[in-house]
Order: sequence, then C-alpha cells, then structure tokens
Amino acid sequence: MNTSTDLLKLYDETFNSRFLLGTALYRNPEEMSAAIKASGSQFITLSLRQQNPAKNDGDAFWQMIKNTGCKLLPNTAGCKSAKEAINLAEMSRELFETSWIKLEVIGDDYNLQPDPFELVIAATQLIKRGFKVLPYCTDDLVLCLRLIDAGCEVLMPWGAPIGTGRGLMNKYHLKSLRERLPTTPLIIDAGLGSPSQAAEALELGFDAVLLNTAVAKADDPVLMAHAFSLAIQAGRSAYLAGLMQRRQTASPSTPILGQPFWHQQSS
Amino acid sequence: MHNIMVNNQTMAVADNSTISQLITLAGFADQAIAVAVNGEFVPKAQYGQTTLSHNDAVDIVKPIGGG
Repeated sequence: MNTSTDLLKLYDETFNSRFLLGTALYRNPEEMSAAIKASGSQFITLSLRQQNPAKNDGDAFWQMIKNTGCKLLPNTAGCKSAKEAINLAEMSRELFETSWIKLEVIGDDYNLQPDPFELVIAATQLIKRGFKVLPYCTDDLVLCLRLIDAGCEVLMPWGAPIGTGRGLMNKYHLKSLRERLPTTPLIIDAGLGSPSQAAEALELGFDAVLLNTAVAKADDPVLMAHAFSLAIQAGRSAYLAGLMQRRQTASPSTPILGQPFWHQQSS
Repeated sequence: MHNIMVNNQTMAVADNSTISQLITLAGFADQAIAVAVNGEFVPKAQYGQTTLSHNDAVDIVKPIGGG
C-alpha cells in the first residue's frame, strides 16, 4: 500500500500518519521527543496547567514540543463542565496558536467517562467560535450523532477508560458507529494498551488512534512507539485489503482434488 | 494592597494592579502563558488594562504534557 495516497483527512488537513500521540507521563522530555520521532506521528496532544511561581522552570518543555515540528492538538483534560472546557480551549487557542482542540469534559472521576451533556454544549459553543473540535466521547451512537449535529467533523470514541490499556471494550458499539457513520473520521482515543489492539481498531475501519500511556509507560517507550506505528500501518493495510469472512467450520486451504493416497485407505 | 489568589496561592498586590503587572510580579514575564480571572479567559491584548480586585482568583497556565 502506498501510504502517500492513503491519507488521513481531518477537517481541511491531511496527514500521512494515523497515529496521534500524547506527550505526558514520559520519564523525561528527551525520551518523549525520541518516542514522538519513532512513532512517525505528525499530530501530538498536550495541555495547559497551573504552575507554582516558586517552581517555575521557564519554557523548556514548550521549546522541546515546538522542536518536534508536529502539529499540536491541545486538550481540555480535567474539565468537568462546558464552561471550564470552553475557557481552557480559548486559553489554548491563544497560547498554541491553533483552533484545533481535543475536547474533554469528564463526567465521572472513577472511569473518567465523558459527560455527554456538557460535551455537546461545549462542542456547540466552540464550533460557533471557530474551533475545530475533536471530541473525546463514548461509543454511544446517539451522542455521536448529536456531536455531528453540533458541527464536529471528527469524533474520538473511547476504546476503554483512559489509562486502562484494556483495548476495544465494546466492539459491538464501535462496529455500529463505524457502520452508521461511514464518512465521519473516527479516531479511537484512550484505553489502548498494546499494538495488537491498535491494529484491531484500524482493521475495524477506524481511521486513526490516539494514545499516550501505552507508549510512555512501556519499559522502552521509543521501541513501543515504533511498534505501535507498525501495527497501525498493518491494521490499515488489512482493512483496505478486506478481511476474509469468519467461518464456523474448517475449510481446507490446500485443494482436495488430486490428494494422493486417499484411495489407498482400506475399506 | 489587597489579596488575590494566583494559582491557588494567596498573593498581595498593589491596588489597581493589572494582569501585566501581576505576571511580572509572579515571575512569568516573557514566558508562554495564558490567563483566566475568576474562571474566564482573558486575552493577552487585555492584560494591560485589566485590573485585579480583592479576592480575584487568577489562573496562570503553561504548556505541559497531555494525552
């Protein structure tokens, strides 16, 4: 497969890579940069947080992020209301000079499940303000339809709760989403723990994956980033190639016709 | 002087202090930051004319890693 002709289209931009990578949880910034490079990702997530004036370490992290040359996707992680998310999105747009936003509005601290009601309110407002919203959402079909109604051109349903590494927990819902929204770019965001799970997402027809913990918390994040990159390419190629139909019964792959010895069986 | 909250810490500032003056006082001058006052985003262009009142809660945020 020639990847130069199989591009990921999000809003009005195209990407060669279908791997969006987070920038948190690495042991140090140098390791983060090396993992981003090994991933081949062109689109990385980051965030904004308060910093104690006494512990202010300048702009070292920000400089390192800029040096990656990647497109930036700021998030609204930790926000629990539409108002918080909208204000943090505005702060991100100004500081990062991008109208792209990964919209997170968390509704429950136990599983970090998105709040669907606040999410739709925030998405509606942000799109009116000119943002390109990529909402982190559940796999609920009706929620996804409402987000599309609000103007979201890309959706990011969860595979599993953030940081769990459990893979695609609800394949029935995810497959339904893919079938009901055939032209909407769908990115599996959160919950992926291994390259095989990422490959499975692409095999199911999802357009890309976004993950962080599985790479950052690997023993060797750089090697794991490379492993995910290969798996994502493999999954995408498999989807385009078309998977065989599963069968209940065995079917020989080697032709039966011309089988030697069969006539020698004693009666 | 009056007290305001800056990133959840109490800070004393002169009456009629602006956000621009606070940023310098707090050691964030010339850094990549964004600001909200009482939960509302304040654009950079308004730092010079936005004065802070007693008990205002100011958030000064910087880029960090995120997923």
